Amino acid sequence: MVQAIKRIMELNQLQRSFLEYTAALFREGFLDSQFSQLYQLQDESNPEFVVEVVSLFFEDSERLINDLSRALDQTIVDFRKIDAHVHQLKGSSSSIGAQRVKNSCVSFRNFCEAQNIEECSKCLQQVKQEYLLIKNKLEALFQLEKQIVAAGGAINMVEWML
Amino acid sequence: MGMTTADSQFHVLAVDDSLIDRKLIERLLKTSSYQVTTVDSGSKALEFLGLNENDRNTPNETSVSPEIHQEVEVNLVITDYCMPGMTGYDLLKKIKESSSLKNIPVVIMSSENIPSRISRCMEEGAEEFFLKPVRLSDVNKLKPHLMRTKCCKNIQNQENQENNQSPEIQLQTAQSNNNNKRKAVDEGISPDRTRPRYNGFTLVSN
Repeated sequence: MVQAIKRIMELNQLQRSFLEYTAALFREGFLDSQFSQLYQLQDESNPEFVVEVVSLFFEDSERLINDLSRALDQTIVDFRKIDAHVHQLKGSSSSIGAQRVKNSCVSFRNFCEAQNIEECSKCLQQVKQEYLLIKNKLEALFQLEKQIVAAGGAINMVEWML
Repeated sequence: MGMTTADSQFHVLAVDDSLIDRKLIERLLKTSSYQVTTVDSGSKALEFLGLNENDRNTPNETSVSPEIHQEVEVNLVITDYCMPGMTGYDLLKKIKESSSLKNIPVVIMSSENIPSRISRCMEEGAEEFFLKPVRLSDVNKLKPHLMRTKCCKNIQNQENQENNQSPEIQLQTAQSNNNNKRKAVDEGISPDRTRPRYNGFTLVSN
């Protein structure tokens, strides 16, 4: 009996941590409401939907960031190509609600238009930084989620959806 | 049921070069109980619709194409605007210029809110223009466009079936419903299934 109560309390603690962690991510602008929308599309028939889409985002972003590094390293910089890459990254980050990454892409595109290599390099660093930050945070979030599910709980996003 | 407007019968073709966005739109549409096919380019979309990219509208073609389309009937096309090669706008144009496809409603999605782009698309015949990221509330706006085409389609079917004398659905006017029944009872026969009356109709399934 005591064991059961202990387990329920542990689960509660995990769920509270999850809620607090997510709330902070929203509050600090790392995520926007599009992220909650993803959970609306997750159900018993697609229980891994959010993780799948976010994983695609990670793959996409890493590829694009590499392409951008290489493009900026060229002797003759192709700004149209760079703009195309940034446009893609802006799109995918927007689609999963990675707000800070998306915003850094917006600045990036402005400097692309101005064809300013130095500023573009700075933007790339900024994008990289924001990407790594959100990657770490989302991975931590999914870890928490796993623990909750393992402890017999479930994530009901509707309750905390903004 | 002879005739049903179940959502599972609606087939939507989604076009987007972004894998993430294709996954998203697919889930959005499936959640709304639509059948979904996704392709990553405008040319693949045209291929799926049974239209060769270089096709022009010839009189002969119109009689052939509809039969092919029966196999892969598409009730709505939703496409991204910005795509390499053929843009969503180009695709929209090709569909509206095709005598076999022009009645398929087309919806455009774009990450950029450019008024001139939006009006250009609407002028070309797009039903809706959604800003990305697309949400469930946007997808809910598709229903009326789909219902409209399905409705017209069923009238067409009914007229065809009447000619074949083997209708599966019966159309009756809301007002004359009672009259028909009374008449049938009086005459001691079951409601005439081969002579539907329809003006200001309701659809009745058996």
